[in-house]
Amino acid sequence: MGKYLRRKIIIYLLTFFFAVTIDWVIPRFMPGDPIRTLLSRAAMRTEAMDLLYNYYNKVFSLDLPLWKQYVNFWFSLFKGDLGTSVYLFPSPVFEVIKRAVPYDILLLVPAILLSWIAGNKFGAFAARKKRLDNTILPIWYVITATPYMWLGILLAWVFGVVLGIFPISGAYSFSMSPSLSWEFIWDYLKHWILPFGSLFIVQLGGWAIGMRNMIIYELESEYSRYMEAMGAPAKLIRKYAFRNAVLPQITGLALQLGVIVAGALATEVVFSYPGIGYLLLQGILNGDYFLIQGCFLFIILGVLIANFFIDIIYVIVDPRVRRGMSGETA
Amino acid sequence: MKFRKSEILFFALRNTKLRIGVFIVALFAFLAIFGPYFAKYEPQDFAGPGYNPPSGEYWLGTTTFGRDVFSQFVYGLRSTFLVGFVGGSIATFIGLFVGFLSGYKGGLADELLMMFTNIVLVIPTMALLIILAAYLKYRGVFLESVFIGFTAWPWTARAVRSQTLSLKTREFVNLARITGMKPLKIIVVEILPNMLSYVFMVFILQFGGAILTAATLDFIGLGPTQGISLGLMMQQAVLWNAIQLGMWWWAVPPGIAITAIVGAMYFMNTGLDEVFNPKLREM
Repeated sequence: MGKYLRRKIIIYLLTFFFAVTIDWVIPRFMPGDPIRTLLSRAAMRTEAMDLLYNYYNKVFSLDLPLWKQYVNFWFSLFKGDLGTSVYLFPSPVFEVIKRAVPYDILLLVPAILLSWIAGNKFGAFAARKKRLDNTILPIWYVITATPYMWLGILLAWVFGVVLGIFPISGAYSFSMSPSLSWEFIWDYLKHWILPFGSLFIVQLGGWAIGMRNMIIYELESEYSRYMEAMGAPAKLIRKYAFRNAVLPQITGLALQLGVIVAGALATEVVFSYPGIGYLLLQGILNGDYFLIQGCFLFIILGVLIANFFIDIIYVIVDPRVRRGMSGETA
Repeated sequence: MKFRKSEILFFALRNTKLRIGVFIVALFAFLAIFGPYFAKYEPQDFAGPGYNPPSGEYWLGTTTFGRDVFSQFVYGLRSTFLVGFVGGSIATFIGLFVGFLSGYKGGLADELLMMFTNIVLVIPTMALLIILAAYLKYRGVFLESVFIGFTAWPWTARAVRSQTLSLKTREFVNLARITGMKPLKIIVVEILPNMLSYVFMVFILQFGGAILTAATLDFIGLGPTQGISLGLMMQQAVLWNAIQLGMWWWAVPPGIAITAIVGAMYFMNTGLDEVFNPKLREM
């Protein structure tokens, strides 16, 4: 168990190191001098130009040797200094992102967990009968091939415009301000349901297919056949098959996180939902590179932390890993 | 060998999933190739009045600015297939290369390559693409595909590696090694042919995956700066409030095409699995 987790942690630390390095390297060595582009976009007046130029020079410290620039970058990172947003000038990027993150968490965590659980249940259920399997499988394939934002557009159009039941923009009404009143929570939930729905549905298809394939494989395996021959009730066999099939699904969850996050970014854009995805779009449209870089780091950090949680759960769930009998599969 | 080939062809032609999948992909490929010849306007031309629903003149209506949606759609389809093909090929190739090398060589090379693979695997592809694309001033569809290809390979590498590991201990590979064949030749001549069906299926999945990734990338504003794509169409539709204005003909068709193409690819993949794997055939 210790070995398994240690291996994983090393990979995560290396990944973080790699990500921060990319975040530092790309703006410096990209063709076209991004810093000058940054300036030309930010500078509206000539007197502000000098000020900004000095500021960027200090932040990027271009007069220092490269290795020192790199070390400085790490230091400012640990102080939580990610630069200043151009789009929401003078707010520091860190503050801007900090305001957006809760919306992401409240949207993503329920969508991921619920779709994973529901997908596994549905998948295991549908694999039982050939006829049911044959009719429902095509539906899963279509669902999982749907681009997140397009399902978002469809839901927004049907429920927001045609039926007019749900609002389709923002996380709460303009007339409200975030507070812990019932009124606000109700308003928040009404805005939350459509983006949640599009994330939930698209993921559902993938999990159901994965579970279906695994459970068919498990039901054909030796131990299932043996139990069948011994006259064990079908329900018990299915229960054991499900337990074994769930393990690869947990690993699958870790592998899928990046794709899900990308889907969430696009979904937020559809619904103008004030999470990181929406910030990112604004950053891109406004040429706010600090904001883009900050979002990049936050997304990676989030995915790494989530991966780590999944690893711990995997260790708890799989007795073989827990007792150190395997773990090379990391 | 000849008998085997015709046997596979026989099962391939009989497989409903494969037939449906190929039919849908072929339909859209046909549209992508010949559609632009039927389009009356260039995708960025101001063809006529804005806000027009589909009609005989504008087959899929017009955008807010009076651009012809059908023209954008068929040209966008071309980009979609280009991204799928180029991105999918590059990802498959890198995945195969890393997977074979790491699986066959073993030892330190394996350890390092898998470490690198796992790192790229954990980083969300999209985040990597965002940071790359954001700093490029001019982006074309081709460059976008190359980027996608260079970030999408890790899962393929891991899958190919584990397959190579199991094939490498087979007798015919040992025999080849004893006769003094070079490792690269062993991989190409002995191991690859045994995995050809698998490689083909990987390519299909990478093809579909690249299309979805490109659509997302375009949608959040990092798509090609010149030209048109399906993701770009959706982005413009959302940015110009096509949903609120009820202009479904602008926002809906691009997504239908992507869903249909990628869904058909997945379908083909399952069908092929049944064709290549006799155990699954009766289902």
